[in-house]
Amino acid sequence: MVNFRRARAYVALLPMAITACVIYFGTTLWSLRVSFSSSRTFPTDNFVGLAQYARLFTDDRWLVSLANLAIYGTLVIVVCLVLGFLLAALIDAQARNEGALRSVFLYPYALSFVATGIIWQWLLNPTNGIQEAARRLGFADFQFDWIVDPDKVIYTVAIAAIWQSCGLVMVILLAGLRGIDPDIWKAARLDGIPAWRVYVSIVRPMLAHSFATATILLLTAVVKLYDIVVAMTQGGPGTASEVPAKYIMDHLFGRANIALASAGSIVLLITVGILLAPILYLRRYSARLAAR
Amino acid sequence: MSPRRAARIGLYAFLASAALCFLLPLYVMLVTSFKSLDEIRLGNIFALPGTFTLDAWRAAWSTVCTGVSCEGIRGGFSNSLLIAIPSTVFAIAFGALNGYALAFWRARGANVLFALLMMGAFVPLQVMIYPLVRVTAMLHIFGTLSGIVLVHVIFSMPLMTLLFRNYYAALPVELFNAARVDGAGFLRTFAHVVLPMSPPIIVVAAIMQVTGVWNDYLLGLVFAGRDNLPMTVQLNNLVNTTTGTRLYNVDMAATLLTALVPLVLYFTAGRWFVRGIATGALKG
Repeated sequence: MVNFRRARAYVALLPMAITACVIYFGTTLWSLRVSFSSSRTFPTDNFVGLAQYARLFTDDRWLVSLANLAIYGTLVIVVCLVLGFLLAALIDAQARNEGALRSVFLYPYALSFVATGIIWQWLLNPTNGIQEAARRLGFADFQFDWIVDPDKVIYTVAIAAIWQSCGLVMVILLAGLRGIDPDIWKAARLDGIPAWRVYVSIVRPMLAHSFATATILLLTAVVKLYDIVVAMTQGGPGTASEVPAKYIMDHLFGRANIALASAGSIVLLITVGILLAPILYLRRYSARLAAR
Repeated sequence: MSPRRAARIGLYAFLASAALCFLLPLYVMLVTSFKSLDEIRLGNIFALPGTFTLDAWRAAWSTVCTGVSCEGIRGGFSNSLLIAIPSTVFAIAFGALNGYALAFWRARGANVLFALLMMGAFVPLQVMIYPLVRVTAMLHIFGTLSGIVLVHVIFSMPLMTLLFRNYYAALPVELFNAARVDGAGFLRTFAHVVLPMSPPIIVVAAIMQVTGVWNDYLLGLVFAGRDNLPMTVQLNNLVNTTTGTRLYNVDMAATLLTALVPLVLYFTAGRWFVRGIATGALKG
């Protein structure tokens, strides 16, 4: 009887099993296999070893894409964590208006990356945007044309993404701050330690788990970077703001080179794995410490 | 003035200016969408509209060209609704069932499966997209509404399952055991005991899923097909592939229209939104 009932549980878990094993695991293996072949529009069984990977790393566009992702990712993660922590601590320190402030800092996170890209494209365009507005105010030499400057365009994409995702970090850290023992504040006050010092030296390390969570969410979003670039710069000027996800999409659907695209996607997957593994491990470790 | 008071004022000043910076893009979008094109060309992006007009909103909704057709982005709005509603209903149904089976039934191997599913959440979409194109083409649903809904349900399964599993794991197990002693089976326990206690987490999951599906661009572009393109794809076509004069006011009105659903959801149910981020992310 019990076994019969439990059988239903197995049936109910079938869609999840198919999704995890066939879709997630199966398609990844499929892409890995294609990346070793010479497939163009359709997959073939003509295997060429690591030739696609070799081609990938001699392609300037791919190398630019990787460099851009590294700059963008470092900026977005570091600035979001610092700014998010600052905002969370300040909101936490003054009890008033928490709801209103949280709404203001988090609303961009409800917007799509496409909308985010379009908004910032409009704000940053040199002929009508912020640069022109500042010049009209009398700052005739004011220059802020990064979006059309090949050396600086990736920073503008980062600015847009930081505006969009900073609130997420704030909310996660604010939730973490709520879980901290209020006695710490009493003890610090008795010892005469200034509030900012408590936040930086005592509270921040206690939030390790929340910081790890925020970093994981930011990192998974960073690797996906595609929509903002498409909406904001289309990879330009020239190929200056190309990113790996766009390179892969263009080779899958525009240039009909699925083997090269698959090789690119596998490189992306390995990168994610290498970056995530230590954070996931630390997060588990910090959870275990907290449970003790 | 005491240093304590000075610090307090400094803190308020910083928070207020940060808040202004975060609101500025929304403000610029709003004022731009109410201006005429001439005023945009001659004026300052931060200035309030001299003559207030709704023409850009009308054009964005019903006459502007998004690629080949020129019927505004209202078609995209209904497409996004048609995609978001079933994607949310099915995603929640699977999430709830998975979470229930994982939290209460402790089926052998289920936790391994769950770990595999959660690992899948970190795999970049680009790795899975082309094989999924082939799979949906094989099932004859590539480029159809069912195709895009299926893809959304697949990719939302880790988050949905996690939300429900964490919520159910916190429920008292005695309720579940009592139902079992009374002879209720898998589905009856779910329908009569677990589901009536689920509305809070269903609201959270629905808000996260509707926002996520509504804001998706990549999956809609690849899987929805030409007749079902979601609003985000049409918006991008409108802004970035139009030839001729750029209608900045129409661009901004269309962007605001596209952002309307998630923004309204967020401003009316922000508390649940925050709760979703907290329960989904922190306990994972």
